[in-house]
Amino acid sequence: MYFFIVFLIFSTPVFAQDIDDLLEEVTGNETEYTTATFKSTRIISGHSIERMPIGQLDFRISHRFGEFNSGAYNLWGLDQANIHFSLEYGITNWLMVGLGRGTYEKTYDGLVKMTILRQSKGDKVMPVSLSYLTTMAVNSLRWDKPYELNFWNRVSYVHQILVARKFNERFSFEINPTYVHRNMVGTEMDPNDLWAVGAGARFKLTKRISLNAEYYYVIPPIHDYRSSKTYNPLSVGFDIETGGHVFQLHLTNSLAMIEKGFIGETTGQWTNGGIHLGFNITRVFALK
Amino acid sequence: MKKIFVILALLASINVAAAPKLVSKTGHVWFYSHTPVEDIEAHNRQSVSILNTETGEIQISILIKSFEFKVALMQEHFNENYMESSKFPKSSFKGNIVHLDKVDFTKDGTYTSDVAGDLTIHGVVKKVTTSGTFEVKDGKVTAKAKFIVSPKDYEIVIPSLVESKIAKEIEITVELPYTE
Repeated sequence: MYFFIVFLIFSTPVFAQDIDDLLEEVTGNETEYTTATFKSTRIISGHSIERMPIGQLDFRISHRFGEFNSGAYNLWGLDQANIHFSLEYGITNWLMVGLGRGTYEKTYDGLVKMTILRQSKGDKVMPVSLSYLTTMAVNSLRWDKPYELNFWNRVSYVHQILVARKFNERFSFEINPTYVHRNMVGTEMDPNDLWAVGAGARFKLTKRISLNAEYYYVIPPIHDYRSSKTYNPLSVGFDIETGGHVFQLHLTNSLAMIEKGFIGETTGQWTNGGIHLGFNITRVFALK
Repeated sequence: MKKIFVILALLASINVAAAPKLVSKTGHVWFYSHTPVEDIEAHNRQSVSILNTETGEIQISILIKSFEFKVALMQEHFNENYMESSKFPKSSFKGNIVHLDKVDFTKDGTYTSDVAGDLTIHGVVKKVTTSGTFEVKDGKVTAKAKFIVSPKDYEIVIPSLVESKIAKEIEITVELPYTE
């Protein structure tokens, strides 16, 4: 009797193994990393946690038209063109670097973005993805004031922690604590340092189209004597993905397409039509 | 004592003969899409299969997200847009060796037979028949097959913008080394 039971126990695994158990055995104890939390390295103007994988080069062209409230004379902003283009490259599978140039203050900019945590399930469980972004921007406008301006006066820096979670196939959310430092500001009453918290979300409408939104809350300085009235940037748009290209079409109250500009120097106001139509086009090239 | 030994040896041999199922855990399935614009290939080295040498029944199962591409972005698109791997995580085949009498799993050699059954891709089940080879060498069996699938047949939508980059007919190769 005992022999029979022992025989049964030992023989069952061999006979009863079915194909699903087998697949589970081979693939089950792996870590599955979340992909496509966002479709592009930008949610709209600001960064998402995504970066270029190793050996891939992203050529981006971003464009913002003028403000709607500039009237029929300017064809509601369409006459005015602001462009930012950049090349961004994945050096390793956690590090991306980029160089760009924008119309806004004739700025040259550089960025370094690192992936620190990746959302995953399976063997290793991580609830969020976390990236760190730092950028440096150099304003290259002609200086017509009588006194000299040295190079470092033109420089500003941004440090940003990007934390995102893809909740399900359709919905991703991101929070970005941000620090902006400007070496030189408009007047001595303006703060050199700005703190802000950004939030961004992606909602997938169809397989290739998603609705994106992005907002940055700039924490007002304790003694606020800022020389120009600025507003918090709010942007809403669509990601349209066409295999290799991502096309982003949006409405935003900010003109600048770099952090220093849209966080600290947004002058457009949604409520009175200070809205820009804009788009980003990205094309990815696999160099390796 | 001798008697017990003989009985044990007998039992052991019966056990082997009574387990006609061969298992493969290191199967390799890959596909190749050729167009003048772009060649795309991806490899899945975690394919599993069970082959019943007595009845000729053969089952293959793979996870879509285990396909590895050279370009990470292609892999993302493959999973997210084309195969929808979160909705349809697996692809499978369940069928039979049509001419089982032509294949002798106990003798070294290379045997060819049609294999027919249900192929499931992207949640769509289709009856397929393809020619497969079974290589028997030193008692080890390796099954191989190469066949063509058309994304359209499995309701995989390819937008017109990338139509020129993805072949209408995609070549799939299966290589399954079995262990007992």
